[in-house]
Amino acid sequence: MASIHKAVLDLKSLDLLANGNSSVHRLDARAKVLVSLVFILCVVSYGRYELAVLFPFFIFPIVMISMAGLPPLFILKKILLLCPFVLAVGIFNPVFDRQILLHLGPLGISGGWVSFASILTRSILTVGTGFILVGVTGFTAVCQALEKLGMPRVFAVQLLFLYRYIFVLTEESGRASRARELRSCGKKGLGIHSFSSLVGHLLLRTWQRAERIHMAMLARGFTGEFHASRQSGFGMPEIRFALIWSTLFIFLRLQNVPQLLGSLITGLNP
Amino acid sequence: MSHHIVEVKNLQHIYSDGTAAIKDVSFIITHGESVGIIGANGAGKSTLLQHLNGSLEPTGGSIHIGHTPLTKGTLPDIRRTVGMVFQDPDDQLFMPTVFDDVAFGPLNLGYTPADVEERVTEVLELVGAGHLRDKPPYHLSGGEKKRVAIATVLSMSPDILVMDEPTNGLDPFARRQLIKLMRDFKHTRIFTSHDLDMVLELCNRVIVLHEGVVRADGPTLEIFNNDKLLSECRLEKPFSMQGCPVCSSAIK
Repeated sequence: MASIHKAVLDLKSLDLLANGNSSVHRLDARAKVLVSLVFILCVVSYGRYELAVLFPFFIFPIVMISMAGLPPLFILKKILLLCPFVLAVGIFNPVFDRQILLHLGPLGISGGWVSFASILTRSILTVGTGFILVGVTGFTAVCQALEKLGMPRVFAVQLLFLYRYIFVLTEESGRASRARELRSCGKKGLGIHSFSSLVGHLLLRTWQRAERIHMAMLARGFTGEFHASRQSGFGMPEIRFALIWSTLFIFLRLQNVPQLLGSLITGLNP
Repeated sequence: MSHHIVEVKNLQHIYSDGTAAIKDVSFIITHGESVGIIGANGAGKSTLLQHLNGSLEPTGGSIHIGHTPLTKGTLPDIRRTVGMVFQDPDDQLFMPTVFDDVAFGPLNLGYTPADVEERVTEVLELVGAGHLRDKPPYHLSGGEKKRVAIATVLSMSPDILVMDEPTNGLDPFARRQLIKLMRDFKHTRIFTSHDLDMVLELCNRVIVLHEGVVRADGPTLEIFNNDKLLSECRLEKPFSMQGCPVCSSAIK
């Protein structure tokens, strides 16, 4: 439970980063969401054996982190947390795909290793961009931007409620689980039995809380519709930001930039 | 005709599991009164409060708010008239930021964005939470949450303010701030609380509930001086009316 508690604290600190006041922070959330979407689409659209072409894309997270003043180590740690999942997805590629694809001196590298490295790089890029987006925008503003960009309001509201109550729920479940641990004296307690009743209790409590929240909403005139309260402008800075970055990503996607650079330096055409 | 009158007549509520939480409760609270509803755990205080804005439907009896009977048709109006502050502010603050939460009620009432902005700023200043407007509720302390919860209700300009255990879980300083804030309100105020010292400071009238019925209804001091009544209802005098334990032991 301690680790869940820590994860929630981390989530809070990621959200607090969004209170910054850099030029990136001040942009309308829609611009940042759009650019991140274009970025992710470009990165994931590459074929499985393409690796070198991905590296120029690192310019986006690096520029964003430095412009917004985010702590790079913090973001890196968050990305590393997800690495086990990526490893689980890609680890069998080198086993099944043994065809030699390229040679580094005497060393032959199989297609499996290349595709594995490609999966890893793409995950770091996309997940990192996700974290940076939340860090410079805030989860709430991301949801609101998605809604303004056409996501059905029901989903946006669901996401917002989930985010609002994730803190309350983890605290509640943390307390319940601590109470169980303290009374099981280092043993397993009553094993799965006590655990299932604990989960059941949590569900019932969540249900009761949902009812109380609904009552609180009704008491304040809720009739089933959420009203947007703030108007934000999509002005010149946003258009410039979205255009420049999107153009760059599409250019990087269409042109093989590492090869272009290589041929410029060596003077050889591929 | 005043909007501020609360009239409860022979109210009865039986929960679906057969528990009779309120057996027979009647009282009239008039304009500008500040009333404390006290009683032991399970006396029916919270159940009673939930009837006042139609969150629960009575099994028997009736409720009138400002001479309007509480029915399904009159509910929206009555909910605007009766502002309810819940015991747990986490139930009340469900929007992503303090501003959005306080704006929720006025937006539902159809205020224009400019009016909403003005109203929210005004009530946040009133409860001393102006600096919190852009914060998410989960970053607030207990006292701050409580003040914002009160602001969410005040933003709808209610005539009657109903609060369930307002000082519950607050540190002495936050409690003192809250008491000061509530003393300045001109609304009709109804509190339930186990904090009898707060009741003594804020209320000129007290209704004592015991096992689902009104056991006593009268001036605060008169009720708190009735030792027999208090002990029969599992209550005690407020600490400020009890002798000082240090001085009295010194005399012995």
